[in-house]
Amino acid sequence: MQTVKNNKKEKPILEVRGLTVRYGQGCDYCLNGQPLLKNSCPHCKTVWACNDVNLELYPGEILGVVGESGSGKSTMMKSIYFDFPVTEGSAYLQAYGAGKANMFAATAQQKKYIRNHMMGMVYQNPVLGLRMDYSAAGNIAEKLIAAGGRNFGSMTARASQLLEAVEILPGRMKEPPKNFSGGMQQRVQISKALANNPQVLLLDEVTTGLDLSVQAKVLDLIRRIRQEFGVSILLVSHDLAVIRMLADRTVVMLEGKIIERGLTDQILDDPQHPYTQQLVHSLL
Amino acid sequence: MIDQKHYNFAFLDENSKREIRRSLLKAVAIPGYQVPFGSRELPIGRGWGTGGIQITLSVIGKEDVLKVIDQGSDDSVNAVNIKKFVSACTGVEITTDSEAASIIQTRHRIPEIPLKKEQILVLQVPTPEPLRIVEPREAVTKKMHAEGEYSPMWLTLYEDLLRCGKIGISAEYPVLVENRYIMNPSPIPRYDTPKLNDSDCLYLFGAGREKKIYAIPPHTRVMPLEFDDIPFETENFTGKRCHLCGAEGVYLDELTDEETGAKYYECSDTGYCAKRREQGCRP
Ligand SMILES: Nc1ncnc2c1ncn2[C@@H]1O[C@H](COP(=O)(O)OP(=O)(O)O)[C@@H](O)[C@H]1O
Ligand SMILES: [Mg+2]
Ligand SMILES: [Zn+2]
Repeated sequence: MQTVKNNKKEKPILEVRGLTVRYGQGCDYCLNGQPLLKNSCPHCKTVWACNDVNLELYPGEILGVVGESGSGKSTMMKSIYFDFPVTEGSAYLQAYGAGKANMFAATAQQKKYIRNHMMGMVYQNPVLGLRMDYSAAGNIAEKLIAAGGRNFGSMTARASQLLEAVEILPGRMKEPPKNFSGGMQQRVQISKALANNPQVLLLDEVTTGLDLSVQAKVLDLIRRIRQEFGVSILLVSHDLAVIRMLADRTVVMLEGKIIERGLTDQILDDPQHPYTQQLVHSLL
Repeated sequence: MIDQKHYNFAFLDENSKREIRRSLLKAVAIPGYQVPFGSRELPIGRGWGTGGIQITLSVIGKEDVLKVIDQGSDDSVNAVNIKKFVSACTGVEITTDSEAASIIQTRHRIPEIPLKKEQILVLQVPTPEPLRIVEPREAVTKKMHAEGEYSPMWLTLYEDLLRCGKIGISAEYPVLVENRYIMNPSPIPRYDTPKLNDSDCLYLFGAGREKKIYAIPPHTRVMPLEFDDIPFETENFTGKRCHLCGAEGVYLDELTDEETGAKYYECSDTGYCAKRREQGCRP
């Protein structure tokens, strides 16, 4: 199952360096790196949601991100997708400035371009990723329009093709996602995220809250999509079973930091960090 | 009634006129961009064309000849009131002839006869913001214009086409000005939209209630939002003609004979129709 993606000679498709996201101003205490209480400052209550996160995603790989609720996974994903500005850090996409330009420092126009052409995002909460009252096809067209699409016929054909790829019948493309089940909504999000053939797909808890049988379908779909679209995937989940099934490599997050990283089998079969050990054993 | 002896020429004081002219200059310099202005109180209720009137009062001179129309008609209550007011405070000559007018103030129509380069068309605008249909917040629409982020607008057009097979907007069809700003052309019918593109005359738009002014200078590129494969369509009056002057290929109002229930048609541009009849045109 695992293609070797930790070949260090290969250039990462996405590289994140020193990503830090603070909710709050910080104070003399926490800004000087003094110990926090979990992820927040005991003095000023500033939340350090991501704290010096480093990772690289290699071409064609699925990189798993595990960690308990509140460990900063969603914050990291949304920052990479430019949903809000980072406090510190840099990120590099191979497709942007030959991987040498910090995309966090890009202009608003450039960010829009990167977001619409190079990345796709599936939110944990479909309400964040979809317009529930617009048609399923319209949701996909939104991404195509944002990337400059102005041909009604070809956009509609593309929407139909993408929906088919996630096993939604063309006959339902005029229906709004609010009529769809949770699993279908996530599949519409996935097809929307893939609309412009991005290099990087960001999946935040795509299967959380779905029935087990539906979960299995979505997991199969993700595996198939990696092959069909040749996309690299950052896969966030708090569910180790999901990570084991899909991720080539995995990083473990705790309180805004990455505390362990390696091949998924390695991490799950022979965890080194006490927290990872606890996480893995609680599942057994 | 307002009397020239008791008021400044064109009612507004010179400073107010100068300020509005400055906004107009800015609007002309940035075609399609909505320029805020300090909308003045007038002895006419807001929503009755006060934005347009303020523009007219700011640019009008003693030598000007004014025409005012409402839905194409020179004789509607709104048009007559505005004419009375402007005439009382300026004494300028009033006309119904589009070709004789130097300033035409209008609501809902652009005259049939193409306007010339010396002419100014002043349009009254109820809702200047074209993006209002997709975004209620002014702060957000401002940002969308600044960034040229018009995807939500295109998306509503897409949804219309997908779900209904056609775009539902009839009047007030949004246009893209000089490939930069999406603009609301005011509630003119689609039929009039192409007249905004590359015209010889100057178009000025005023929204009194919302305190915005914008402009299309002569020979500006103004295109309706359309998908590459779905051409913009205007109202089509093929096979219909005015029952008064016999005109074809013009914008017609549909009327119903109360007794027979039969439909018949009449030029929406009453000045145009009257002139044709003077020239002897008959059905
Ligand atoms: N808008 C916000 N304001 C303040 N704190 C926030 C905000 N969003 C998230 N947080 C905090 O940041 C931390 C990380 O949250 P999140 O990234 O959602 O974690 P995860 O996705 O791993 O569950 C949590 O402590 C959370 O309470
Ligand atoms: Mg989360
Ligand atoms: Zn602090």
